[in-house]
Amino acid sequence: MIEFGYARAGSADEAVRLAAGQGAARYLGGGTNLVDLMREEIEAPGFLVDVTALPREICETPDGGLLIGAAVKNTALAEHRLVRERYPALSRAILSGASGQIRNMASVGGNLMQRTRCFYFYDDAARCNKRSPGAGCDAIDGFNRIHAVFGASPACVATHPSDMCVALAALDAVVHIEGAGGKRTVPFEKFHRLPGGRPQVETTLSPGELITAVELPPLTLAAQSTYRKVRDRASYAFALVSIAAALEVRDGKVHDLRLALGGVAHKPWRAWKAEEALRGAPAAEAGFLAAAEAELADAAPLRDNAFKVELARRLIVTTLSGLAQGDAA
Amino acid sequence: MHFIVNGLQHDLLLDTRMSLLDMLRERLALTGTKKGCNQGACGACTVLVEGERINACLALAVQYENRPITTIEGLGDAEELHALQRAFIAHDGFQCGYCTPGQICSAIGMAREAARGVPSAVTTDLVMEEVELSHDELRERMSGNLCRCGAHNGIVEAIQATFVREDAA
Ligand SMILES: Cc1cc2nc3c(=O)[nH]c(=O)nc-3n(C[C@H](O)[C@H](O)[C@H](O)COP(=O)(O)OP(=O)(O)OC[C@H]3O[C@@H](n4cnc5c(N)ncnc54)[C@H](O)[C@@H]3O)c2cc1C
Ligand code: FES
Ligand code: FES
Repeated sequence: MIEFGYARAGSADEAVRLAAGQGAARYLGGGTNLVDLMREEIEAPGFLVDVTALPREICETPDGGLLIGAAVKNTALAEHRLVRERYPALSRAILSGASGQIRNMASVGGNLMQRTRCFYFYDDAARCNKRSPGAGCDAIDGFNRIHAVFGASPACVATHPSDMCVALAALDAVVHIEGAGGKRTVPFEKFHRLPGGRPQVETTLSPGELITAVELPPLTLAAQSTYRKVRDRASYAFALVSIAAALEVRDGKVHDLRLALGGVAHKPWRAWKAEEALRGAPAAEAGFLAAAEAELADAAPLRDNAFKVELARRLIVTTLSGLAQGDAA
Repeated sequence: MHFIVNGLQHDLLLDTRMSLLDMLRERLALTGTKKGCNQGACGACTVLVEGERINACLALAVQYENRPITTIEGLGDAEELHALQRAFIAHDGFQCGYCTPGQICSAIGMAREAARGVPSAVTTDLVMEEVELSHDELRERMSGNLCRCGAHNGIVEAIQATFVREDAA
């Protein structure tokens, strides 16, 4: 690890100011990802601005949604009564990730910004365009069982590893951002990027910008939502494929739904085509399968990960069938 | 930098790069807390900060100034063991003992989480009022602590005997 300076910010304004005053500064949440990457020298910031002392509040917004401070710990978000009642998919997604200890350390902001678990990204003997832009990608023709089936590019086939973000993508979350130039908000869908020719740029956050909060809009159907995750071990492993889904059935028809997949792309994958195919259709297995097919038609599996397409198909069908039968959460 | 560990105050001059784990072991000679993977994957380094369990290996010490930290040394000693330490002995909750301090700190943090109603990935009813620490719940909640000797059954029994009411098991 290279030497770095450290300062603790008491407010968002102060954090942005502290970071702007230092070259190569980074914000520090729980450190569960950044400290590990700094030890591997994949990341080498010269200055850390600790943002864990920023407000850790979860408040109801005037329209009935929730505003979640970026410093809120993952455990605190998962256990919050209103999240459990109104957005169960979010609680479940968080609880299915990492371990009790890591969830106690990890912040909401850090979870959004966590980096891929691609083996080649971690292995400094391998070529990786994320680690050294322009070097090439050893995953494309390597062991790519855990890699992307959607939206990859010739430069990068890595996936985004977060569970929480898959639920946030499905629930129409909005990211609140503050930078030297002021404040702005970004729809969750536009926060993470596909790799394209610049896989080292993973989000639309500019250098120095701070995530201050994540907002959940009011979404009645989210009370009927859930998260399911398929992985190599029963607990404490990253997703091979996961799904966050919310479903509202009226008179036997799909009145409305939200669907996002995890483990399949460089970003949490909102399944727009499946949603489109299903809205207004009968809430029955044939329709769920057709919706899955509509989404998966675009999948482009690599040598080792075609199984993800089949897994995603089955997850979509069984999860929606379960929600249609009323076993929410 | 000022640290509060097991009720004692310490003023130390530290490099910002030092982890809480290295600070405890190398600067305070509290070697009960173990280093397994040093990357958050095994739980051997689990300590309690303000009663919450965390992995000391991923924690930069500087982030934990002025906050009460409890390590295995602060829970009990050879004369007076913590109830959970006695249960680990009674239920064969260890073989080599390397993972044990982390298991014990983790279980104490876990029990507090359960008592305030934190659900887990295997909780069927998310909006329940009270967590029932069944065998499956305990296994899931303790999955951040690995035991290479495979003493998991004894570990779960010891935790159950300590924290679960007879009628709930
Ligand atoms: C062993 C292990 C297993 C794991 N398993 C899972 C899993 O199964 N599922 C899962 O989803 N995750 C898993 N994780 C990842 C974990 O969820 C992330 O490490 C965690 O969410 C990161 O949060 P943090 O606060 O610790 O971030 P940090 O490590 O502090 O920071 C991560 C990044 O976010 C940036 N950052 C932090 N806060 C802000 C902010 N407010 N604004 C802008 N940038 C910010 C930092 O600069 C850094 O680049 C696992 C991690 C480990 C170590
Ligand atoms: S040493 Fe910290 S989790 Fe393994
Ligand atoms: S008792 Fe040996 S690792 Fe657990």
